[in-house]
Amino acid sequence: MNAIINYFSEVLNGGISLLKGMGITGKHFVRSPKEIITQQYPENKDTLVFGERFRAQLFMEHNDENQIRCDACQTCETVCPNGSIEVVWHREADPETGKKKKVLDKYVYHLSMCTFCNLCVLACPTEAIKMNQEFETAVYDRSELTKVLNKPGSKFSQDFVDKSLEK
Amino acid sequence: MTTTDVNTNLKTQEYLINMGPQHPAAHGVLRLILTVDGEIIHKVDPDLGYIHRSIEKMCERDTYKQIVHLTDRLDYLSSHINNEAVCLAVENALGIEVPDRVKYIRTIMAELTRLASHQLWWGVMGMDIGALTAFMYAFRDREMINDIMEETVGARLTMNYNIPGGLMFDIHPGFQKKVKDFIKHFRKALPEYNTLLSDNIIFKKRLQGIGYISKEDAIAYGVSGPSARGSGISCDVRKIHPYSAYDKVEFNEILIEGGDSYDRYMVRMKEMEESMNIIDQLIDNIPEGDFQVKTPALIKLPKGEYYQKVETARGELGVFIISDGKKSPYRFKFRSPGFSNLSILDKISRGHKIADLVAIMSSLDFVIPDIDR
Repeated sequence: MNAIINYFSEVLNGGISLLKGMGITGKHFVRSPKEIITQQYPENKDTLVFGERFRAQLFMEHNDENQIRCDACQTCETVCPNGSIEVVWHREADPETGKKKKVLDKYVYHLSMCTFCNLCVLACPTEAIKMNQEFETAVYDRSELTKVLNKPGSKFSQDFVDKSLEK
Repeated sequence: MTTTDVNTNLKTQEYLINMGPQHPAAHGVLRLILTVDGEIIHKVDPDLGYIHRSIEKMCERDTYKQIVHLTDRLDYLSSHINNEAVCLAVENALGIEVPDRVKYIRTIMAELTRLASHQLWWGVMGMDIGALTAFMYAFRDREMINDIMEETVGARLTMNYNIPGGLMFDIHPGFQKKVKDFIKHFRKALPEYNTLLSDNIIFKKRLQGIGYISKEDAIAYGVSGPSARGSGISCDVRKIHPYSAYDKVEFNEILIEGGDSYDRYMVRMKEMEESMNIIDQLIDNIPEGDFQVKTPALIKLPKGEYYQKVETARGELGVFIISDGKKSPYRFKFRSPGFSNLSILDKISRGHKIADLVAIMSSLDFVIPDIDR
């Protein structure tokens, strides 16, 4: 007899606990539309807000005169754990002083190898490279993941570096 | 043939089935070779190596500053705590004392990571048992932590916020307010969790008495973390060997004597409350100061052996470094909690049904990349 009572009381308790749980889901089902946290991506793509530190992919800052802060010192290439940065450079005599200096040809960034650890950005002495917020990195072909970050014709400018370091 | 003949002449036979490596209920690429008789498990034979990335070997190639980011990819749900373990080991070896500010922020971040990890575990636990709703609620709250991390750290999962000697950046100006908002929200949400799952009779029936770990077994197999505390073993590294700011806060080590899956579940649920208490004590008292100590650009550890252990969301993570004085370690070894916890799976799931195995695995909270490395 006891076993039967136990059985039915368990079924009853099970039903009650189920209803309690459904109470919570029901409460969320009928709450005001303002509280809804679901986002309609990609429709809301233009209004998405990211933290300024959010690390999506590496980019090189250019100013209006197509100048860059990178003097091809290769520190970033050294600190990168995965070899995702290749700095291609040549030596050129400075027209004013006549001293030979490194000049950047191509700043190659392999997005496919990058783990977004931020070590290169921290190591850069001239703040030439930064992380941007463009998180949609899917492409159709793997070769598109290798990028050249400096624009054609861009030149290193010491003034640009000084201005940025002052801040 | 009569009925008696059928009963005596028909024998059942053991057979092998593979669970995984691509199984929806296994949380990663873990392959379990099950010896079953009908639905009863006779033997579980875990087969590893499907996500082996030779992280330990890669550590021997990298410099000490580069190693930190690899640890994100061990137990990716407690990435911040893994980073901390390596940083503490290197700092201790160099004899660097980090400022109090760093210690406080590290502790808060570690607890937020633990909360996020436990939330995900709770959601997935529900899903494994068959309650899909839990997953949605857990991810709703976990999203808030992810937003906090995104703002201050810059990443949501693989954070890499610690560097040997301190932190990568100072905290974001809005950090404290956001954390307080989250704690306020989550204190209200946690009772919801309990009503939805913990007090549910069906859920209880699925877990109680399933996967019993005795105290002796837990010690013998090296089980650590919440899984061991569910068997009543005091093994919280935060309490026994305090690191960072854990010696400055008061919190309880959750111990439940039972030892079955439901007790392990309850340990984690109560740990979430403790984590919130720890954050509450620290968030308003973050001291002023620097967020990092200057370290040489290329860190070289003196010759010797160094060990540091921390409490991740899954248990005790040990970092063992042998240095020969060069820029990268001679040997780098991780004592990962997942690997030891996995070793007891065979022992505790024998005699249970296949569906119970899923519940047991969930209650041990495996993260496969942590097991394989």
